[in-house]
Amino acid sequence: MTLETIAEKLSLKCKSSWENLKKDVSGGYAGDLLSDVMANSKAGDVWVTRQVHQNIVAVAALKEHAGIIVVQGAIPGKDTIEKAQKEGIPILISELPEFEVVGRLYQMIYSAQG
Amino acid sequence: MHPDAIVRESLAKDLNIIAICDHNSSENVQYVQRAAHDTDLVVIPGMEVTTKEEVHMLALFEHLHELSSLQDVIYAHLLGKNDEDVFGCQAIVNESGEVEGFNERLLIAAADISLNEVVDLVHSLRGLAIASHIDRPGFGIIGQLGFVPPNVAFDALEVSYNLGIQAARQRFPELKEYPFITSSDAHFVTDIGKACTRMYLESPTFAEIMLALRKQQGRYVLE
Repeated sequence: MTLETIAEKLSLKCKSSWENLKKDVSGGYAGDLLSDVMANSKAGDVWVTRQVHQNIVAVAALKEHAGIIVVQGAIPGKDTIEKAQKEGIPILISELPEFEVVGRLYQMIYSAQG
Repeated sequence: MHPDAIVRESLAKDLNIIAICDHNSSENVQYVQRAAHDTDLVVIPGMEVTTKEEVHMLALFEHLHELSSLQDVIYAHLLGKNDEDVFGCQAIVNESGEVEGFNERLLIAAADISLNEVVDLVHSLRGLAIASHIDRPGFGIIGQLGFVPPNVAFDALEVSYNLGIQAARQRFPELKEYPFITSSDAHFVTDIGKACTRMYLESPTFAEIMLALRKQQGRYVLE
């Protein structure tokens, strides 16, 4: 499943790196403690978080995430968006709470994988 | 903590300088300064701010009015009301041990202001910005943000007393450019003096601490 499909189905607003929305998503990870995300997430994951500090971009780039979904309508600062654009990391915004985003994503990703 | 007890315990532990850093608040500082007035103890005005990233950081100032300016901004970004049954009472206690009032704000909460904004504000008020207990998983900057963001101009990084500066140097070689300090992070009188940072200073003043953190004019932090 691509990020583009996820963005469409969850009505996400993309804030950076539109060109990378065709990336394939192989799994997901949710977390707001960046040390935990660095330790436990995998390449190809879509990462769901409420954290908007610009370090999220570095973590996503390091872990080769497909993209970041920021929940609860939180708006990342200009510095975060600029860095994401530079690093080619799509940041997508959802108005929904983290619990709901993760629930829907899980259904979508794993039912698509059979 | 009773201001007089803080001062007595600090002197008993041979401390020359202490900083009072309540969570998101500064109202007790003046009373500790008054309690220390006739002693050799220097009391630095400070605050431990919880930023919107849920990172704890220390802000230290030379003067109370600079700290008050920070407090105004933090209060404007702090939502919620304290629940004494859950979080305890937030008394403001004067130098005679009398309760001056209660802070009703939810001081344990995170202020809705970013780390970068707080650091810039502290610097604009000529203060020192220090990341708190960077080795602690809860509210430490590395736990919260994965690593110390290179574009945040911290004057120093604090490590927990149970790690200590030397062990922290081994654990965080990538942070070798930053000055490290340690402190007791005392929440009870009996914790005071559990750890301290030793600095070579000409006199126990805020300006001298600033020089030591910058390794200027022969001042330095002993590790």
